[in-house]
Amino acid sequence: MRNRRALALLAAASLLVMTSACADDEPDIVDDEVDDIELDDPEAAEYDVLESPPEEDAVEVFTWWTAGGEAEGLDAMIAIFNDEYPEYQFVNAAVAGGAGTAARAVLASRLAAGDPPSSWQGHAGQELIGTYVVAGQLEPLNFLFEEEGWLDVLPEAIIPQISHEGNIYSVPVNIHRANILWYLPEQLDAFGVDVPTTWDEFFAVAEELEAQGVIPLALGEAWTAMHLFETVLLGTMDVPTYDGLWDGTTDWGGPEVAEAIEVFDRVLEYTNPDAPTLSWDQATQLVIDGDAAFNIMGDWAAGYFGAQGLEPGDAGYGWAPVPGTDGVFQWLSDSFVLPVDAHNRDGAIAWLRVAGSREGQDAFNPIKGSIPARTDGDRSLYDEYLLSAMDDWETDEVTGSLAHGTVASDAFKSEIDTAIGLFLSDRDAAGFQDGLVSACTIAGPC
Amino acid sequence: MTRDRLTAAAMLAPSVILVGIFVYGFIAWSVRVSLSDWQGLIPSYNFVGLENFTQLIFHDRRFHIGIRNTGMFSLVFLGGAIVLGLMLAILLDRKLPAENLFRSIFLFPMAVSFIVTGVVWRWLMNPALGTRMSGLNLLFDQLGLDFLVNQWHMTGPPWGIAFIGIPAMWQMTGFAMALFLAGLRSIPEDLREAARVDGASEFQLYVRVIIPLLRPALLSVVIILGHISLKIFDLIIAMTGRQIALDVPAIYMWTTTFDANNFNRGAAIGLLLLLSVAVLVIPYLWYSRRQETEL
Repeated sequence: MRNRRALALLAAASLLVMTSACADDEPDIVDDEVDDIELDDPEAAEYDVLESPPEEDAVEVFTWWTAGGEAEGLDAMIAIFNDEYPEYQFVNAAVAGGAGTAARAVLASRLAAGDPPSSWQGHAGQELIGTYVVAGQLEPLNFLFEEEGWLDVLPEAIIPQISHEGNIYSVPVNIHRANILWYLPEQLDAFGVDVPTTWDEFFAVAEELEAQGVIPLALGEAWTAMHLFETVLLGTMDVPTYDGLWDGTTDWGGPEVAEAIEVFDRVLEYTNPDAPTLSWDQATQLVIDGDAAFNIMGDWAAGYFGAQGLEPGDAGYGWAPVPGTDGVFQWLSDSFVLPVDAHNRDGAIAWLRVAGSREGQDAFNPIKGSIPARTDGDRSLYDEYLLSAMDDWETDEVTGSLAHGTVASDAFKSEIDTAIGLFLSDRDAAGFQDGLVSACTIAGPC
Repeated sequence: MTRDRLTAAAMLAPSVILVGIFVYGFIAWSVRVSLSDWQGLIPSYNFVGLENFTQLIFHDRRFHIGIRNTGMFSLVFLGGAIVLGLMLAILLDRKLPAENLFRSIFLFPMAVSFIVTGVVWRWLMNPALGTRMSGLNLLFDQLGLDFLVNQWHMTGPPWGIAFIGIPAMWQMTGFAMALFLAGLRSIPEDLREAARVDGASEFQLYVRVIIPLLRPALLSVVIILGHISLKIFDLIIAMTGRQIALDVPAIYMWTTTFDANNFNRGAAIGLLLLLSVAVLVIPYLWYSRRQETEL
């Protein structure tokens, strides 16, 4: 009797373990998110349910804009599309998940199945080129840029950065700036420090802040460390040298990179020790709460400050270029593409026309909290921060971001990410530089 | 062939075919990918020999960290779960009044997924100090146990990963306890009495008689927890996001395959994981099969 009960208990227990062990085999995160979408978003679920191809006139656009200002901005652009092209039916195939990690996995499986959407969102630059263009999945868009006259309204310098072998492959709809140092002016007054413009000034300021028990620079999880590193790279070398890192003309093993690593190493000393456990917005929150003085983050942080009830300006939040990067605009952009064999190619091109138009970009960007890629946006629609970014976008030197896919392919970026991660854990500068050199050899242009 | 055997074969065929394709077929396909130069979206099956494996085993620092972390994690997780599970089982075996209640309480954590455990322990093990202190650190601080306040899994390598073993232990100790308890209950009362008649103290009784007799239960615990430990992924992702200092091969496999499109490297890591689990499980299957035939 006793044995039998024990056996039953054993059986029940192993059953439980089996179920949990089976669940372990799946990449939980991706699956969970895909499931969520099917439950929450009937439109996104449509392509999963429909076994037959979508209707002739459908334009299916794939993004990771599912929440907040991004989703509302997309809706505003869709409204324009529906007005101008009533003959097409817009299908919003958005997939949730931070910065598109989950969306890209879904997209990859659709491409593998030979079922591309009409158009999809991707970070302009090498992230699209290194993955999709090289794989022959995208059509060149030079004809569209010429027809619409976009070459005249986009800054000249970004064209080569979104091109591959002379062809342009995506339509940038917005621009974000990566190299911004955020702070609250009133707090800096209370701490008695000024905004640093060089890294040496930053170290002096950081000593003062640390003496007062304030974290000089708020940092978050792994990718924000890469974001910090790219701004340090840019802050310690001139733009042509920085650009050379991505086409193989600047030596990763050279003295410029060594200097950047040295500065990065020192900067890390002034960040919060719990950084890896914080998301980017939690790191920004440290500044708002007065625990930290500065935060280096892309200008989507302006939207976060706004959501926390702060206005741009002296009584609210302030911004400056990251030390050493004055006059340089380190950009990243969401853009749309035209796949080879696009379903409803004409409809897809119609969507790209809207995405590249002044009207479309002015509908999307004020809501999303970014600036239009075009330099002729309607200035009355944008707030104080965005206006300053629009001015800089026209006048500054422009160069691309690493952490957000502009200058390096996914494979190259991932190798650099590993090198940075190793450095964060062992702080071995020489090993870090070796890691960067071999990253460039394995997956980069070297 | 008799009708009976035909029916049996017909009943078995679907699962044999499905397992053949979806388990062994895909293992074979992974082997092919792991020996190829496939990087990027376009499949490419050019044979490169064992290059992906030698690269990982001899040159890849991230993979080495992953192996070291898995070792440390397994040590803490298995060691802790076995010792605590055995202690709980022995205590419960002393015929407590509310034995059923306690047994359920200790088993409950197993009912939640590692993701939930990870999120909860991420809050508990919050490493922030000073005014932002929270979770266990705050509790220790309030109780005046300042010396216990620490950085938890943010402690530098190699110790950080050991703290991740604590939530895993919390979750699976009840399971170890249940297996040991079942083992204890299957030991005949006569043996205990015989030992007592021979003058063994209670302590000697456990060390010399009972625990050696628990060997089959111990083996099951080691195999089941061991393979969970080698494949651990979700708990670490939920607790730490993706930090190289706390990397394990399963996370590396996922990152390199889906973020960097290095399908060949991902397949190679997957196969190394499969091999490591097989080294643990196959001798066990062989052993239990032999036991069954003896019976």
